Amino acid sequence: MSVQAVLFDAPGPRARRRHLILTIVGTLLVLGILGVVVWQLNEKNQFEAFLWEPFTYPDTWTEYIIPGLVNTLRAAAVSIVFAMVFGVLFGMGRLSHVRPVRWVCGVIVEFFRSVPVLLMMIFTFFFYVRSLGMPGTTASFWAVVTGLTLYNGSVIAELVRSGVHQLPAGQGEAGLAVGLTEGQTLRIIKLPQALTAMLPALMSQLVVVLKDSALGTFITYPELISAARQLGSRYANILPAYVVAAVIFIVLNFLLTTVAARVERWISLRGHTAGAPTAAASNLVAGARAGAPGEFGTNVLDHVEEEIHEHRHHPRHPRDPGGADRT
Amino acid sequence: MIDILTEYDILGAFWKTIQLAFFSAIGSLVLGTILAVFRVSPVAVLRNIGASYVNITRNTPLTLILIFCSLALFGVLGYALAPRESPTYIVDNAFRWAVIGLSIYHAAFVCEALRSGVNTVPVGQAEAARAIGLTFGQSLSQVILPQAFRGAIAPLGSVLIALIKNTTVAAIISVPEAAALMRVIIENETGSLIVFFIFALGFVILTLPVGIGFTSLSRRLAVKR
Repeated sequence: MSVQAVLFDAPGPRARRRHLILTIVGTLLVLGILGVVVWQLNEKNQFEAFLWEPFTYPDTWTEYIIPGLVNTLRAAAVSIVFAMVFGVLFGMGRLSHVRPVRWVCGVIVEFFRSVPVLLMMIFTFFFYVRSLGMPGTTASFWAVVTGLTLYNGSVIAELVRSGVHQLPAGQGEAGLAVGLTEGQTLRIIKLPQALTAMLPALMSQLVVVLKDSALGTFITYPELISAARQLGSRYANILPAYVVAAVIFIVLNFLLTTVAARVERWISLRGHTAGAPTAAASNLVAGARAGAPGEFGTNVLDHVEEEIHEHRHHPRHPRDPGGADRT
Repeated sequence: MIDILTEYDILGAFWKTIQLAFFSAIGSLVLGTILAVFRVSPVAVLRNIGASYVNITRNTPLTLILIFCSLALFGVLGYALAPRESPTYIVDNAFRWAVIGLSIYHAAFVCEALRSGVNTVPVGQAEAARAIGLTFGQSLSQVILPQAFRGAIAPLGSVLIALIKNTTVAAIISVPEAAALMRVIIENETGSLIVFFIFALGFVILTLPVGIGFTSLSRRLAVKR
């Protein structure tokens, strides 16, 4: 355990005894909580076979869960594509050398970042139904897509901007020196590198999109949570239905996060961009982009948490968008 | 338009939003701090508890957590958080479950924010503290934590902003806050863009000062390195 040598002293006999006690206390805490949960669920008859049996029926999956999941994935996939287009357009707009363009794009991006997604979905849903005369299901799909696109597109616009700012100044200077215009430098030199560096951040944004697509249940979009509710009312097993839905979400998002971490490592190994990968691989934080990273590259926690590779430290631009966007 | 403003209690709905945000912020700060301590502790079991909590909560949609609180924990298992004889029983119960759900969800992000604060402290600081003979407790309380809290201010501000926006999800479990009221107005009166802008503006007004405040605070308190 030499990795912990920095934050903690190598434990002596007394510290080791203390750690042992804490380990036992921690284990008992977990077992205790699990025990109470199981006991309470058993008390309320939530382990009865008839509640869980429906998950062995094929039509539970083919009529409820899979169609719900497909709708969730469909909304997320369409949204992330539109959000990318929106983000690249407005990100470039914010980097434009024409001041009014920069200003207008800035106001739009900041506005959509600070308005809750649910408000946009509610408004656009009723707008699509009443003013465009769409049928309910179509309207709810496009309302979900609109809300997710505007919000996540704005977040991506910020990512584009910070990705470009993060490139070494020499990249832009070299472009201008060989006679490209400002616009050409942005499009041909800076943007491709920034997009490569953004890839992991983009993938973790997909986790956000996937999670937020669940908001669609409020405007009657038949996604996974709505499907779980229908399943629950058909077999009177609401609790198991939501548990299964939660497991599906957690597994999907966990996979995405893991892949994002892989991609980030791959990019930093492989080069192809003069900048470091933007924003660590998780839909977390907030934090990775907090203050200026320690100048010497290693920080206290890197020694403590060797298991979390994705937190290996990369220099990040302080102008990275805030973590609010990932919550 | 004017009669909508007078007929519906928009300020009251935003007051509910503020209350939700306030209590959930306290709840998630307490829970998140405990988790952050777990995550940097020298005991492997505690670190794993913290990591599992963060990974599970962060990957679950907030919508699902709130619906689970409302329909499964309250609806199926019958845990009520307000006295049944109270006249405001239904609203109070939904509100309290929403606070719990929001706290559970955002605690994971608070934990990561605090941890990233510890991450801004260069290794040299801990090494120096040990080199001059401080114990673990001393080096943590005198050297590392004071710097870590300053580094955590900016990400904590981001979490608070996200929390304020996420209180709208409580509308799904029928807490009468701003998003729920907007839906009622749009459904019953008019779906005009003005209604949307009024509510959007409300959230801009709520989040903007938080962002500015936390940014300037984190600049003012930043550790010069």
